[in-house]
Amino acid sequence: MLPWLALLLVFQLAGEAVRHALGLPVPGPVIGMLGLLLALGARGAWGRAAEAVPEGLERVTSALLGHLSLLFVPAGVGVMTHLSLLATEAVPLAVALIGSTLAAIAAGGVLMVRLERRP
Amino acid sequence: MIDDLSDIWVYLARDPLFGLTLTIVAYLAADRVYRRLAMHPLANPVLWSVIVLAGVLWATGIPYDRYFEGAQFVHVLLGPATVALAVPLYRALGTLRQSWHGIALALPVSVVVASLGAVGLAVLFGAEDVSVASVAPKAVTTPIAMGISERIGGLPSLTAVLVILTGILGAVLGPPLLTLLKVRDPKARGIALGAAAHGIGTARAFNESPETGAHASLAMGLAGVLTAVLLPLVW
Repeated sequence: MLPWLALLLVFQLAGEAVRHALGLPVPGPVIGMLGLLLALGARGAWGRAAEAVPEGLERVTSALLGHLSLLFVPAGVGVMTHLSLLATEAVPLAVALIGSTLAAIAAGGVLMVRLERRP
Repeated sequence: MIDDLSDIWVYLARDPLFGLTLTIVAYLAADRVYRRLAMHPLANPVLWSVIVLAGVLWATGIPYDRYFEGAQFVHVLLGPATVALAVPLYRALGTLRQSWHGIALALPVSVVVASLGAVGLAVLFGAEDVSVASVAPKAVTTPIAMGISERIGGLPSLTAVLVILTGILGAVLGPPLLTLLKVRDPKARGIALGAAAHGIGTARAFNESPETGAHASLAMGLAGVLTAVLLPLVW
């Protein structure tokens, strides 16, 4: 499993390097994700589609993504350092978050269903 | 005896191990309650872990920075976890081939509504410029959102908090809203949750079914890339 964790870190590091070298606005881990996606795609196109995702990569991925929620907790606790700003701007921020999130979920879900129904 | 105990406490509270252990234990407890309550959206484990941990830090007077010295060992895994999203994304590419015409329209609309909707409402209700810039990228995953926020003049740490709140809102209110709108197709539910509520919505989507989760991963990845490219251009 460890070599596959190292592979994920190598892709992340390569993503950071590409971001700095080209001055891209997209963060390093996202470029790393696109890189791994391309690598998996190339591997699949090479005629190994049946075993396109190596078992070790599969295991380390499900270990990381199985507890994805945990990884957001430390940043989330940071809410306590912004309590005063959040208190003074509570109304506009609450309206913005709730309104736009509900609208975006409704728009995405309903549009998908409408467009899926067409043959 | 009491002095000894408080000495031990003072010592432990300074150790980075304290923040790390507290984070994992609080999350495991919150996750157990979440599963016991049949994954009710209001029992969201991120929400309750944050409430419990912030409460403990506030009650014990431990500053956030000291807590984070330990908790960063969890936080740093967000990087490889983001890269790992390529795996469910790769699996979802097969379904992308079947339903690309739906995703090609629904996803950008959802991304624009999430971002510009938040900006519009914040401005309308009188938020300051720095808050408006901080709220604009709130629908995408934390590392992307913080990068965008910095670029357009927001506060990355405030953005991180708004991103988490958005994810919790999406995970709590999204599934009942979609059910109310009669959106039952796992593909549509996943796309909507991933596009509007990033990783926390995706984690919630994986609770519904692997297919929902795969589509949420796809939507979250595409929404992140789309927002990171478009928002700095239009700002």
